[in-house]
Amino acid sequence: MKKETTKTLRAFALELAIYALLVVAYFFLVLHLLGGWLHGLESNHRYLYAGTAILLIIGQAVVLESVTTFLLRRLRGRSE
Amino acid sequence: MYFPISGAQISPIYLAVVGFIIGILGGFFGVGGSFIAGPALRLVGLDWNFAVGTDLAHIVGKSVVAARRHRALGNVDLKLGFIMALGTIAGAEAGAQLIQLLKRAGQVNLVISIVSIVVYLSISIFMIWESRKTLKSRQGKRTGSKRDHSAIRHFARRIQRLRLFPLVSLPESGIKSISIWVILLVAFVGGFFSGFLGGGAGYIRMPSLVYVLGIPTHLAVGTDLFEIVISASYGTFSHAVKGNVDILIALVMNTGAAIGAQIGAISTQYFTGPKIRLAFVPLPVIGAAIVIYTLLTVHKL
Repeated sequence: MKKETTKTLRAFALELAIYALLVVAYFFLVLHLLGGWLHGLESNHRYLYAGTAILLIIGQAVVLESVTTFLLRRLRGRSE
Repeated sequence: MYFPISGAQISPIYLAVVGFIIGILGGFFGVGGSFIAGPALRLVGLDWNFAVGTDLAHIVGKSVVAARRHRALGNVDLKLGFIMALGTIAGAEAGAQLIQLLKRAGQVNLVISIVSIVVYLSISIFMIWESRKTLKSRQGKRTGSKRDHSAIRHFARRIQRLRLFPLVSLPESGIKSISIWVILLVAFVGGFFSGFLGGGAGYIRMPSLVYVLGIPTHLAVGTDLFEIVISASYGTFSHAVKGNVDILIALVMNTGAAIGAQIGAISTQYFTGPKIRLAFVPLPVIGAAIVIYTLLTVHKL
């Protein structure tokens, strides 16, 4: 039981580290580029901005969930 | 990092860490986490109207992930969720309109701060009283993983006995019949606080589902998350149109929340209902403490 917990915690820690690297890359590559475009949309087309905002946040959440699930599965598989 | 939409300068690491903590709490308690996220955004100088709108956007993403997890665990009553959606959307719009009124009056920061302190503290005081009373009782100790008991369950039973037509049955939640108006009222109140104080208002809706409607805690957590997706999506759209959403801040927060929500949702399997409710108690207190601190220190009020 204790061994199992340690294994899970180790997998979580490793997942966090890999995930953090991906997220930092994402901050600089994607969000930096999107900033100007979204700002323009927010200033000039509010309804379009509102719809885009919801699509972006749901889309990102689903993609991130897939990434975290994939990472966790791979890391747990490797530690077993 | 500079966020051009709100004109704020905030560290993305700070936002991701806040998102991560809120993700864990949201996945575990079925709340949007606005009682932490709103004050945390305010703490770094964002105006309340932006904190409320942006927090709602971040909550949409986080709750989609957590609700999917809970659905897989069988913790979502879809019938109840769809009925509640009507009241939730009406309430969210009413709350957002009140924000606009306060914005025009120039009182938005002060009024929301005071209301949030009162609401957060009241919920904590009530839940600590109820969950401790339940845990002390024999039934509370005997509680299984999904069967649930509450010290004030007689109140929910009385509500379920109300013959205010039309009545609906909620077999997934173990309720034979309940007035649709009661469900809509609970949803409206939750939606109103969602639009007014930000977030999904899980801090109101989750306790209301348990204590007023009599829904078992695990199902209340999952159904509440489903409801939060609907209310927060509507609230995000409404606030974005009114110029209160910085979606870039929300996207950064969501990177932390995505992983936290998974950890939180998985953890609910190891705790009983009254214990989940008791563990919930410090969260609104922390939110209230951050708001009080912000009231006393931030100069933007």
